[in-house]
Amino acid sequence: MWRYAVPLVILGVLAAFFLRGLELRPGYIPSPLIGEQLPEFELPSLTDPAASVTADNLRGQVSLLNVWGTWCIECRHEHGFLVELAESGVPIYGLNWQDKREDALYWLSTLGNPYVASAFDPQGVLAVDLGVYAAPETFLIGRDGKILHKHISPLTPEVWRRDFLPLIAEECGSLPCPLVGPE
Amino acid sequence: MIRAALLGLFLGLFGGVAAAVDANEPFDDPVLNERYQSLIREIRCPKCQNETIADSNAPIAADLRRQVHQRVAAGQTEEQIVEFLRSRYGDFVLYRPQVKPSTWALWAGPFVFLGIGALVFWRVLAGRASQPLDDDEAVPDEDAAT
Amino acid sequence: MMPELGQLALVLVLCLGLVQATLPLAGAALGRAEWMALARPTAAGQFVFAALAFGILAHAFLTNDFSVQYVALNSNTELPTFYKFAAVWGGHEGSLLFWITVLAIWTLAVAWSARAYPPEFTSRVLAVLGIVSVGVTSFTLLTSNPFLRLTPPAFDGNDLNPLLQDPAMVLHPPMLYIGYVGTSVPFAFAVAALLTGRLNRDWARWARPWTIVAWLFLTLGIALGSWWAYYELGWGGWWFWDPVENASFMPWLIGTALIHSLAVTERRGIFKSWSVLLAIAAFSLSLLGTFLVRSGVLVSVHAFASDPTRGLYILMLLAVISGGALMLYALRARYLEAEGGFKLVSRESFLLANNILLVIATGAVLFGTLYPMVHDALGLGVISVGPPYFNLMFVLPMLPLVLLLGIGMHAVWKSMAAAVLWKRLKWLAVGALVAGGALPWVLFGTTSIMTMLGVIAGLWVCAASLLDPVRRYTVARHLPPLTRAQWGMALAHLGVGLFVLGATVTSAYTVERDFSTRPGETLRAGDYEFVFVGLREVAGPNYDGIEAEFELRRDGELVATMRPQQRTYRVQQQTLPEAAILSGLHRDVLVTLGESLGAGAWSVRLQVKPLVRFIWLGAVVMALGGLLAATDRRYRQPVREPARAKAAGAPVPAEQRS
Repeated sequence: MWRYAVPLVILGVLAAFFLRGLELRPGYIPSPLIGEQLPEFELPSLTDPAASVTADNLRGQVSLLNVWGTWCIECRHEHGFLVELAESGVPIYGLNWQDKREDALYWLSTLGNPYVASAFDPQGVLAVDLGVYAAPETFLIGRDGKILHKHISPLTPEVWRRDFLPLIAEECGSLPCPLVGPE
Repeated sequence: MIRAALLGLFLGLFGGVAAAVDANEPFDDPVLNERYQSLIREIRCPKCQNETIADSNAPIAADLRRQVHQRVAAGQTEEQIVEFLRSRYGDFVLYRPQVKPSTWALWAGPFVFLGIGALVFWRVLAGRASQPLDDDEAVPDEDAAT
Repeated sequence: MMPELGQLALVLVLCLGLVQATLPLAGAALGRAEWMALARPTAAGQFVFAALAFGILAHAFLTNDFSVQYVALNSNTELPTFYKFAAVWGGHEGSLLFWITVLAIWTLAVAWSARAYPPEFTSRVLAVLGIVSVGVTSFTLLTSNPFLRLTPPAFDGNDLNPLLQDPAMVLHPPMLYIGYVGTSVPFAFAVAALLTGRLNRDWARWARPWTIVAWLFLTLGIALGSWWAYYELGWGGWWFWDPVENASFMPWLIGTALIHSLAVTERRGIFKSWSVLLAIAAFSLSLLGTFLVRSGVLVSVHAFASDPTRGLYILMLLAVISGGALMLYALRARYLEAEGGFKLVSRESFLLANNILLVIATGAVLFGTLYPMVHDALGLGVISVGPPYFNLMFVLPMLPLVLLLGIGMHAVWKSMAAAVLWKRLKWLAVGALVAGGALPWVLFGTTSIMTMLGVIAGLWVCAASLLDPVRRYTVARHLPPLTRAQWGMALAHLGVGLFVLGATVTSAYTVERDFSTRPGETLRAGDYEFVFVGLREVAGPNYDGIEAEFELRRDGELVATMRPQQRTYRVQQQTLPEAAILSGLHRDVLVTLGESLGAGAWSVRLQVKPLVRFIWLGAVVMALGGLLAATDRRYRQPVREPARAKAAGAPVPAEQRS
């Protein structure tokens, strides 16, 4: 007799899931690389094609790896804040993704260069290794090269305060963090 | 191996075959070509709104196709390539969900439905077979077979 | 001023809907004839004002009124007039206004035919439709008003998404919406029947033609969408199991089950519970589809701009309308049960299996579509479920169904001897088995088990569908001619067979080659040669492009000239390929221009797809079958008295056998 209520119960369960589903972000991919080591790579430097940028450059300090491209409008939005961060002592490495060298250099020369060095990755080799899918993305790299956090979409002061600073404090032990430490 | 064969068979029945024009050279070896073609149809473009990397025109899709192409050429197996992408992008990029505890229900579900369906069929039939065949309201038999 | 009038018209639709939803319902419960009589005029009024609102929005598009925000977002002065009209339903708000207008048309149609039904029943049916109307109209006015002004007005519009600027686009949403919205009619019938507390056979006979008409529009709408994607995207794909595609497919599957279930209820007075539940499910799945497409809960290329607030409102509508109906079902369903026996080999038994298998198929599609959301909601992470899953899980119940289909349509009601069926069908079965197994080898050189099964199934269904018509006009000429309903059944099932053949053959034997090529080169794919003649620039009303010319040759002889293009739409700066397609019943040839690879080389994709047109031909034939079945004479007769005399075994008069 109670079998007549089964369809209603099924609808109820589905509705509950939908209610929860409205709060989720279905297109957002959480990174499986959090807590993993930065992958080994060697890419030419954007500014000096003869030099290379490797994973070793980022080890030994707490740093940011920022994925950007001149085709990416949102990267433009966060650029000012990145310059500010760089000027206050945060080491930022760039990953110039799917871009043309001339365009990228022009961008940096006119808008300012917050990067200690930028890796030039027109074919997305490192990008795929990092699970990058939409610029701008910013990775927080720990002293031993561990990926501590990944932020997708422009980096803003609130995001920096809310997500990055607590992790940096944890990594370093106390604020202000000595961002360049002993090997 | 079996998975690849099954893939080909089932893809063959109702699969929509669509793709972006691929800049990667086709393989001479048909086995490698089959592996490449079936892989790019099972990997989801991480940035697009629900397209395979075979379908999508997005640059990230082109990058991923190139990676898959290189690895197939290097002799990697389907499982290895799938694992490579999964470890970097997560399960999101696999259109064929991996079989693990959280997806047992997904893969078992339709079989369970079939089982329930069979049960329902037999129970209804058992009930109806014992009921009288006559109706209380006769209706002209326009569908009568002869 | 006009847009404000349009908004006022919508408000009037809402007010009339409120009246229609309440008074006739109360009138039927209390026996007040004058309240019940309000149902028809309010239905007419809703139609007038909904059409007016729609007309005003269309007028805004056609006169380039960019002070209306919706027009500014979806149109442009350079957009061809044809597409300006189609743009009315191109975005979320306008498509909802379209939904409301279509609902008003269906409601009016039911009100007009209502003279055939008892007034307490009609008033309840119209009241339920009124409730639906109130729900959707209030949703539109509160969250998705198409008449909102843009101040200051835009100088020119954003243009319609170039992907939507195609003739099939003009037809696909209307067909789909007529189908989707049409499922509300059997739903209203089911709820009215539950409210009335009794369900006789007439209910099924009244509900069936409405169901078939809604179903046939849904069939055409889905087929058009598939054809449009194939044609417009030019990559050769025709179905992707995208959540929005699934959202339209599930009501279709349940609608198919409902049509067949109603046949049993109409004929034997049983399966009433099935029929009512399926009717509720069909419309609930339509509403669910609306939710999935507009709430942002699932990712899809088809989704409108998603908004969780809108999603919440639609979810509430779903809860109230479907939940209310299911609650009613839970309370009243036990009174529906009736006696009526049948044996294992009987038409009822096959139709029972049909119901069950279609529900399983729908369940599998629903399960796969919603699983990622459920998985994430439970905190287990983000996964994707795509074609590899759906292709397997859909075929699982559908292959047996298709095979049983051929037998079931020849089964008699109540009981028959299996030997009779076997005798009737055995040569057909053997023929299908042999031909289906051999032809793929013979024609294409390679095959697989699934391909052979698919071809066997397709040939089997086609042959079994044509058996009765062929017999009736050859060996069994002494029998009365086939009724329209029987022709309809034969055609609809033939359509299924054609579809299965097309889907199987094209999936298994499509030839697809990518090339990097320069003018002057000759490429080969399938049995054809493609000579790349050259390139030139072209310009259209709102796009600029490059056109390539290819000569299609077979054994050296020119078959056709194909001109694929790459178009850049000026306003939105989107570049889309426009494939060149040579179509024929037995195969399609596609040439798609890719990108310039530098040094005069271009990437090009060539495809030869055998029997791909059978996919949409099958759907059209199915819809045609539905049209014939819905217009059978017995549905156009006035209400008959229950023929109690027949129970005594009196012979049925000839003229009643329509």
